[in-house]
Amino acid sequence: MATAIYVVATLLGAAGAAIGLAGMLGWAWTVDVAWVVPLGGLALALDRLAGLFVALVGGASIPASIYALGYAGRQRRGAVAWVTFIASMLLVPLASNTMTFAIAWELMSLASYVLLVRRRTIESAQAGWVYAVMTHAGLAALLSGMLLLGAWTGSDRFADWAAAAPTLHAGTRSLVWTLFALGFLAKAGVIPLHVWLPLAHPAAPSHVSALMSGVMIKLGLYGLLRASFDWLGAGPVWWGTTLLLIGAVAAVGGVLYALVDRDLKRLLAYSSIENVGIVVIGVGAALAFRAAGAEALALLALTAALYHVVNHAAFKSLLFMAAGSVVHATGTRDLEALGGLARRMPWTAAAFFVGSAAIAALPPLNGFVSEWLTFQALLQNVHLADPGLNLVFTLAIAALALTGGLAVACFVKAYGIGFLALPRSTAAESAEEAPVSMRAGMMLAGGACVALGLGATVVVQPLLAVAASLVPAAAPITVGAGLTLYVSGGFASVSTAAVAAALAGALALVLGVLTVAGARGRPRRYETWGCGRLLQTSRMEYTATAFANPFTRVFDFFYRPVRRLEIEAHPESRFFVRRMAYANPTRFIVDDWLYGPVDRALRATARRAAGLQSGSPNVYLAYVLAVLLLLLAVA
Amino acid sequence: MIGDVTIAVVHVVIMAAGAPLLVGALRTVKARLVGRRGPVPWQPYRDLRKLFAKTPVVSTTTSWLFRATPYVLMSTMITAALAAPVLSSRPPLAFAGIILLMYLLLVGTFFLALAGLDAGSAFGGMGSSRGVAVAALAEPTVMLAVLALSLRANTTNLGGVVEGLAHEPLLAANPVHLLAFAAFFIVMLAETGRLPVDNPATHLELTMIHEAMVLEYSGRHLALVEWASSMKLLLFLTLLANLFFPWGVPAVLGPSALLLGALVLAAKLAVLALAVALLETAMAKLRLFRVPELLAGSFALALLSVTAVFLQR
Repeated sequence: MATAIYVVATLLGAAGAAIGLAGMLGWAWTVDVAWVVPLGGLALALDRLAGLFVALVGGASIPASIYALGYAGRQRRGAVAWVTFIASMLLVPLASNTMTFAIAWELMSLASYVLLVRRRTIESAQAGWVYAVMTHAGLAALLSGMLLLGAWTGSDRFADWAAAAPTLHAGTRSLVWTLFALGFLAKAGVIPLHVWLPLAHPAAPSHVSALMSGVMIKLGLYGLLRASFDWLGAGPVWWGTTLLLIGAVAAVGGVLYALVDRDLKRLLAYSSIENVGIVVIGVGAALAFRAAGAEALALLALTAALYHVVNHAAFKSLLFMAAGSVVHATGTRDLEALGGLARRMPWTAAAFFVGSAAIAALPPLNGFVSEWLTFQALLQNVHLADPGLNLVFTLAIAALALTGGLAVACFVKAYGIGFLALPRSTAAESAEEAPVSMRAGMMLAGGACVALGLGATVVVQPLLAVAASLVPAAAPITVGAGLTLYVSGGFASVSTAAVAAALAGALALVLGVLTVAGARGRPRRYETWGCGRLLQTSRMEYTATAFANPFTRVFDFFYRPVRRLEIEAHPESRFFVRRMAYANPTRFIVDDWLYGPVDRALRATARRAAGLQSGSPNVYLAYVLAVLLLLLAVA
Repeated sequence: MIGDVTIAVVHVVIMAAGAPLLVGALRTVKARLVGRRGPVPWQPYRDLRKLFAKTPVVSTTTSWLFRATPYVLMSTMITAALAAPVLSSRPPLAFAGIILLMYLLLVGTFFLALAGLDAGSAFGGMGSSRGVAVAALAEPTVMLAVLALSLRANTTNLGGVVEGLAHEPLLAANPVHLLAFAAFFIVMLAETGRLPVDNPATHLELTMIHEAMVLEYSGRHLALVEWASSMKLLLFLTLLANLFFPWGVPAVLGPSALLLGALVLAAKLAVLALAVALLETAMAKLRLFRVPELLAGSFALALLSVTAVFLQR
C-alpha cells in the first residue's frame, strides 16, 4: 500500500515538474474556484517564477520518492503525509490569494511536522516542538504582512497588490516588507532564525530531510522574491543591503557551524543555512542594484540566485539521500563512528562524493556555475556610485569567498572522515550497500548535479527569462561559441564544458605519456606507514573533531569552545587513572545572546501570569466582568 | 583548430618542463645564500626520473581516490596552466578568469586533502586539516585582490586584466596595485606551501602541512604530486609577474612574439624567485596558529586596496 503511495508521489512530482517547466517557458494560466474555501476562494496562477519553483518541487520529489520506496516503502506510517507534503509544496508557488497561500503554506508546515515527529523519539519530539514554534512565529509575521497589505490595497489577490503597491507610502511598504522578510526568512532558515533547521533536518527520515532541505526552505526564498520583486514594487536600497548582510552572516555562520559538527545530517543542515545565505546574498545584490538603477546587474544577480536555488536542490537532496543510506546501513549519524564506507558502499560513497564536490563549488559541476555568477554580479558593484554601498558589496564578496573555502574544508571532512580510511565502529565495518531504489534516487540527483554544471549554457536561458519577468532589463548573460557564458559583455566568461574537456584531455595526456614512458606498472600494496607500530587500527586515524580543530581555534570568538576534562583517579594514587571524560561542546552565540534571554523572559512572564490562574470560577468571572467594564469605558 | 591545439600543447610543455627548474633554482639560490654549495638547479629532474622509475606502494586501507589523486592533481594543474596568461595575454582557454583558476586549484586541494585522510594515518589527517584551513583562509584575500585589479581593468578575464593594465605607465606607483600585490604575494606563499607558512624542506611532524598530506605517496604517484606542486608555484609566480607587472606580455600569438614573451617572463620570474629565496632565508617559519594572523593581515591589505579603488574614482 505504502509502495503504491510512493509511486503516486513520484508521478505527482513528474506532473509538477512538467507543469513547472512549461510555466518557466511562458505557459500562464489562472484558476479561480470560489466555493472551495471561504474568504476569497481557491485561486491559483501560473507564471514564470511560480513555474520555476513548481518545477523544482516536482523535480526534487521524483528522486526522493523513488528513494523512499527502498527507505520507507514497507512502513505504512508517513506515506500519506509524504504525498500531502509534496502536493502542498506544489500549491504554495501557485497560490494567488491570501487564503489559498495561507492554507497551502500551513499544510506544508503541518505535513512536514507530521513526517518529522513520526519516529516518536525524544529527539524528534524536541525538534518538532521547536519547528512548530518557529514556523508559526514565521506564519504570524507573514499573515500580519498579508492582512496589512490586504487592508491597505483593499484586495486579497496578489495581482492587485502588485498594481496598487506604487500608490502606497514608502514607510508602509517597508513595514510590510520587513514582516514578509521575517516570515519567509524564518522558513528559509537564515541566522538567527535558523534554530529549528539543525534540529529538524537530522531528526526527520532522510527522504524527508532531502525534500525539506532541498525544496521546502526554498519556498521561503520564493516568498521573499515574490514579496520583494512582485507584490511590493521597487523598494529602497536598504532592503538590498540588509539582505546582503543577512546573507553574508548566514553563509559564513552556516558553514562554520557545519565545519565543527560531527553529526553527518546536522552538518548537511547547517550547510543548507550556508547555501540559503549565498542565495540571499544574490537576492540582496539584485535589490540593491535595482534600487540604484542598475537593472541589468540586478537581473544578473537574480539569475545567479535562482541558479543557486536550483543547484542547491540538486546537491542537497543528493547528499541527504546518501547520508540516509549511510544511516540505513550503519544506524548512526556520528562521523566519529563511520569511516571505511567508500569500499563497503561504493554507490553511496560515489553519490556523496559527487554531492560534496558539487556543493564545494568545484568546476565543472553545478555549484561552481552559480557561485561564479554570483561573484560576477557582486564584482560589478563599481558601477554604483555610493561608497557605503560599495563597502557592503566588498564585504559580501569576501564573505562569499571565505564561505567557498570553508565549504571545501567542510566537505573534505564529511567525505574524508565519513567514507575513507578504516571504519571506526563495528556498525560501519559491517555496512552494506543500499537497495536498488535508493541507489536509483541518488543517481538521478547526481546526474542532475553534473548536467546542471556542464549544461550551464542551456540551463541559464530559462532562468534568465524567469528573472527577467521580475526585473525587466537587457539580458546580461549571453552564450557564445564553445558553450561559453559571457557576463555583461566582456566582463567575464566561462565554459564549464570546455573546462571538463580540458580536464579530461589533460588526464588522457598524463596517462598516455606515462604509458608510453613505461611507468604504468602495478603498485605494490602494503600497510600504511606508522612509525614502527605493529597494528593499524581506526584509533590512529584523524577524527572529525581533530580535523575541525584549526578552525575552532581560528574562529574561537565565534564558537567560544569550552573544554571539559574530568579525570577520575584511583584513591591510592592520582597516577592510576580510572576514567577520563573529555568533551568540547561548542556554544552557539545565537543561543546565548538571543534565544536564551527571550526564553528566560517568556518563562518569567509565564510564571507571573500563572498567578492569575487561581482555578476559582469566581475569580475568572470577575476577570470577565472587569474586561467588559473596561471595554465599555473605552468604547 | 590544429593551431590552437599545438599552442595549448606548447603552453603545457613549457609550464610542465619549466616548473622543476624553478624549484631547483630556488633551492640552489637558498643554499648559496646561507653559504652552502647546494644541489645543481636541475636536481629536481633527476629526482622525478628516479621517482618515476620506482614502483609505488599503496596502503591497503585506501580507496580508488588515493590512486586517482596524483593524476587528477596533475590534470587540474595542466588545465590551470592552460587558463593562465603565460607567454602571451591570450591563454589557450581564452574564456578563463581568475575565479575559475582559483577554483581549479581548489579541486586539487580537495582531492589531495581527501587522499591525505584515505590512508588512515594521523599524519595525513593532520596535513589535510591544516592544508584546507590555510587554503580556506587565503580565499577571501585572493578574491579581493582580484576585485581590485578587475575594477581597474573592468574585466575578470586574465588576459583582459593583463592587456587592460599594460597601458598604464604609472601602474607600479599606484597604491591599489602595491597593496593588492602585497596581499597576493602573501597568499602565494601560503598556497604554495613556502616559508613562513609551511617549510618545503622539512619532515618534522609538528610543523609540516603539505608534506604531511602526501606522506603516504611514493614512486610515480609522489613524482606526479611533487611535479604538480612545483607547477603550482610556477603558476602563482607567473600570475604575480603578468598581472602585477603586465609590461612586455605580447598580445599576439606568433613565434617571435612568444620568444620575446618567454624571455621577458623568465626575467620577471628570476626577480620574483630571488625575492622568495631571500624571504625564505631571512624569515623563520611561523607557528601554525600564527598563520591565520598573517592571512588576516593580507586580507586587510586587499581590503585597503579595494577601498583605494573606490576612493580614486
